[in-house]
Amino acid sequence: MADHFLPRACFQALFDALHGQGYTCRGPRVRDGAIVMDEVAGVDDLCFGLRDRQAPGSYALEEGAGRYFAWANGPLALKPLTFAPRETLWRAAKDGDGALSFTEPEPAPEPVAVIGARACDLAGLALQDQHFLGDEPDAYYQARRDNLFLVAVNCTHPADTCFCAATGDGPEATHSFDLVLSELDHGFLVRAGSDAGAAVLDALPTEAATDAQNADASAAIDAAATAQSRGLPSQNLREFLFANPTHPRWEEVAERCLSCGNCTNVCPTCFCHSLETVPDLEGTTADQVRQWDSCFTAGHSYLHGIVIRDTTAHRYRQWLTHKLAGWHDQFGRSGCVGCGRCITWCPTGIDLTEEVAAMWADFEGGGADG
Amino acid sequence: MAEPLRHAPWEAEVVDATTESPGIVTLRLRATDRAIRAAYRFRPGQFNMLYLFGVGEVPISISSDPDDPETLAHTVRGVGRVTNKLVTLAPGDRVGLRGPFGSSWPLARAEGRDVLVVTGGLGCAPVVSVIDYIMARRQDFGHLTILQGVKHSQDLIWRSRYAAWEREPDTEVGLAANVAGENWPGHQGLVTELFDRYPLDPAATETMMCGPEPMMRAAAEDLTGRGFDPGSIWLSMERNMHCAVARCGHCQLGPHFVCRDGPVFPYGRIGELLAVKGL
Repeated sequence: MADHFLPRACFQALFDALHGQGYTCRGPRVRDGAIVMDEVAGVDDLCFGLRDRQAPGSYALEEGAGRYFAWANGPLALKPLTFAPRETLWRAAKDGDGALSFTEPEPAPEPVAVIGARACDLAGLALQDQHFLGDEPDAYYQARRDNLFLVAVNCTHPADTCFCAATGDGPEATHSFDLVLSELDHGFLVRAGSDAGAAVLDALPTEAATDAQNADASAAIDAAATAQSRGLPSQNLREFLFANPTHPRWEEVAERCLSCGNCTNVCPTCFCHSLETVPDLEGTTADQVRQWDSCFTAGHSYLHGIVIRDTTAHRYRQWLTHKLAGWHDQFGRSGCVGCGRCITWCPTGIDLTEEVAAMWADFEGGGADG
Repeated sequence: MAEPLRHAPWEAEVVDATTESPGIVTLRLRATDRAIRAAYRFRPGQFNMLYLFGVGEVPISISSDPDDPETLAHTVRGVGRVTNKLVTLAPGDRVGLRGPFGSSWPLARAEGRDVLVVTGGLGCAPVVSVIDYIMARRQDFGHLTILQGVKHSQDLIWRSRYAAWEREPDTEVGLAANVAGENWPGHQGLVTELFDRYPLDPAATETMMCGPEPMMRAAAEDLTGRGFDPGSIWLSMERNMHCAVARCGHCQLGPHFVCRDGPVFPYGRIGELLAVKGL
């Protein structure tokens, strides 16, 4: 239930308020034929009237409803804004006597506001928070996370690849936002989810929201949930997948998988990264650089001269079993938030829900593990 | 609020470097900062990340006694970019060091009990710390059986140490080589074939193993078949490690991060995973 309504004509006020608080704004723009969260100066920079048509291995933009957020999601979630694709963690320096010294650069985050985060994006972010901020928090991640202002927009136009309703992560944004919007024909219902969000909301020229507006927004969310056709047989596939490491389907999917790592790049929860040593040309300093890695590479399981996961079948099994089974042990829930990106951005259109279903059929039929 | 993670290593100096056999060197390292040295503690079975300037980091287990945590021994075999250079270091050379990381051998649990050490190939460095630990506190432990298997008899390092251990009271040493050369004092065949030759009491024994996975798996299966509890058989596992703090994802073995949940695991926890190829 939202108490505030921001007329569309006043949408720019949100950007003004955020800029006034020192935030750089990022919102949906079209780049290379896809919607991405790019820097925007104001409402005029946002894409408008577009919707995305997504299918296994396919993404296209076309004309849609006369709205700003009548699309599901683009290839990049919030992940690059908190877990940097590449950054230096520490620097080693060697003096003339061979003595070594080590320094960690101070995090220097810039306040960023994202307008248009989806429920699936927030669910992915919450999982990344758990990974990078648990026990000993990662200072670089923490600094960016603390400087992130999130304006969620409830999803009303899921793609054919979406299944957030099945994973329990959408389409309504219920956590981890500062403000949440529901887009209606003539404006937005607005609700704050944090003190920072409430302060921005106070600065907006809102009107009192009506019951009819709230009913419309709820109906649109419900419709977005029922419109989804994909799903997983259970929110907890831990026992099932750990019991099936030699199912013939792993070899079958490997025939179609290019082991390219697109799925891990677009996944909002995949956290694997490598640490690379990058010396300068003079040989006096060397940076230790963290960069996104993928379990689909040979290097991921390299161990003193051998590659442990030496086939694509082993790598696909590692990815899917970690995502849907290992995460339960590590984080208390599945690592999949139902955004469907791995399905859309797979160059050969591999659909994890289909792969799970194929193995599940054997499992239910009593023929587990081939 | 929790203390933020420190990513960077400290500087450590090579105190001495001992060549164990061609390509295998034991480096004894000391942190150059007195406060770091004084605060550092580890348990046998844990590992450090050693950093070679401009080249990279590798996980190496600590093979010295935990009661002398100021000087840390690491036995390194030159097999990759970093280790090939580490084995050439000389006293006075500097490296980076961070740690210790991971789980350790169940030495408190093993007190008063028999200990069976099973090793294979060149991977015996992690259990040498156990043997040394027990030898230094011999009255705290029961019968000690050390069984070491190698592919070729010339692969055996620390021959003199095995000979010395064999002379200790209440201690037996068995050696096995698949391919035995001249004057090989031990068994020709698999290390598991030695189990019949030594008196082993399944209920009274903690078993500690390291070496190639197929060998550890075969040995653990054999021992459980003899009535050993899978929770009393301990394996030191290896995986690719970049971060050592369960963040980078490389070292996963099923649901486990080997760097944090291991490297030492009870067989009961990972036996099913070991049976799967390419995990």
